[in-house]
Amino acid sequence: MKKLINRVDTVVDDACEGLAAAHPDLVRFNREPRYIMRADAPARGKVALVSGGGSGHEPLHGGFVGHGMLDAACPGEVFTSPVPDQMEAAGRAVSAGAGVLFIVKNYTGDIMNFDLAAELLKADDIDVRSVIVADDVAVKDSLYTAGRRGVGDTVFVEKIAGAAAESLASISEVERIAKKVAGGGRSMGMALTSCTVPAKGSPTFELGENEMEIGIGIHGEPGRQRAAVRTVDEIIEMLGVPVIDDLGLKRGDTVIAMTNGMGGTPLIELYIAHNQLAKMLKDRGVTVAHALVGNYITSLDMQGCSVTLLRVDEELLRLWNAPVHAPGLRWGM
Amino acid sequence: MPDATSVRRFIEQFALLVDQHAQELTELDAAIGDADHGINMRRGMRAVIERLPADGSAPDVLLKSVGSSLISKVGGASGPLYGTAFLRASKAVAGKAELEPADVSALFRAALQGVVELGKAVRNDKTMVDAFEPAVDVLQTSLADGKSIADALAAAKSAAQAGSDATIDLVARKGRASYLGDRARGHRDPGSASTALLFAAAAETLQ
Repeated sequence: MKKLINRVDTVVDDACEGLAAAHPDLVRFNREPRYIMRADAPARGKVALVSGGGSGHEPLHGGFVGHGMLDAACPGEVFTSPVPDQMEAAGRAVSAGAGVLFIVKNYTGDIMNFDLAAELLKADDIDVRSVIVADDVAVKDSLYTAGRRGVGDTVFVEKIAGAAAESLASISEVERIAKKVAGGGRSMGMALTSCTVPAKGSPTFELGENEMEIGIGIHGEPGRQRAAVRTVDEIIEMLGVPVIDDLGLKRGDTVIAMTNGMGGTPLIELYIAHNQLAKMLKDRGVTVAHALVGNYITSLDMQGCSVTLLRVDEELLRLWNAPVHAPGLRWGM
Repeated sequence: MPDATSVRRFIEQFALLVDQHAQELTELDAAIGDADHGINMRRGMRAVIERLPADGSAPDVLLKSVGSSLISKVGGASGPLYGTAFLRASKAVAGKAELEPADVSALFRAALQGVVELGKAVRNDKTMVDAFEPAVDVLQTSLADGKSIADALAAAKSAAQAGSDATIDLVARKGRASYLGDRARGHRDPGSASTALLFAAAAETLQ
């Protein structure tokens, strides 16, 4: 394993410290318990947005702490959900009396730890609500699984609910918007190579030289199907069609589209991928109001990409366009 | 009868077994999960040992400390699940200096109930419950039949191991392995493997 690290057990703290060193105007890092918060939090009667999850998905979530997005992010160990102490302390630190919204990706451990933290905060009369993001169409949502995984749509939920909170909307209103975004987004991803978790030191899974994994999760958890590598246009068809079908997109619909890198894929390849996604949507008469192409929710050093589409209306578009200034996302200010 | 000293030894033995098997647990998790179970349990049990109250603390105080440390150090699903198990175990033996056979039975039954309530898994979902439940069942019947605590825990240890072995052929219905469908078959559930270690530690120490 070759990695730009000092020690495997300081990877997360060292990275968080670096984020704060790079953006002292935007964020502050609290080491124990570990969270990243807006430098200007708590902000004047504003609903506080707190997210978190395992590390290794940067810029998610710490890179999305800032104006118009999250108030705090709680990074767990690599691919491991954070512990309740973190969300409890972060919630208290950024709560401004208008309520706290937890944005939680749908994984068994994340849900349990956020639930425990919510109980601790509610005991002190803080109005805590939670929105669960579960947008990965590669996973069947049934009684026989833990439900769909939370992946790319999380970025959209954090941006759009963040804009609503910044406009001083009430906790019920921010929760409604967040749930609307969580309900309207779908994703699917693929990998060309495995990631390597620093503490494990070797790849999580093996893929042959000519193999790819379709339906990969963001933790290197194997996907649904292993197949021979094809052209990127064909791969994007394999990802895009299930997403479009699951959303039931039809002619005249408008979406925000994200072609996301898993961490180890160069931008030149992501733009080729996005070109195909844009063509597919155009062919179906679907308008792409905005697009993100780049590394937004990654899986360490994994090569691969994911596609996320969010169906939007005027309300969501207006919030999307609102100013944002976080380490990982910035426009309008 | 097990007392505070044996409960302390039980906790230390579980920490030791987790440490010795950490890599194996992580490898099992890499196959069908996210490759962190051994790493997390080792970090958690090290924190448990560091924070364990001083000698002389009663069994329930020790068990409660284990639960709190696991919840605040492990993360993932295993932190809340094992943490809740130890907190419930603590409540089940509150105020006892020595554990009668019925207390040992109640301790592990309460721990299992905590796991089931939080994780909502049932037998054959390919989770730690597949090792935990048969172990508790055997423990309870053996003690009710008048077997010694040592013999009953030895039987529970075997049942936990057998339950863990049986997860190999199962398709997962909870946790990250459930995303795999049929591809989870052929792999042991990592949580069931750490639960087998828990009962192995109990069998070696709670006498």
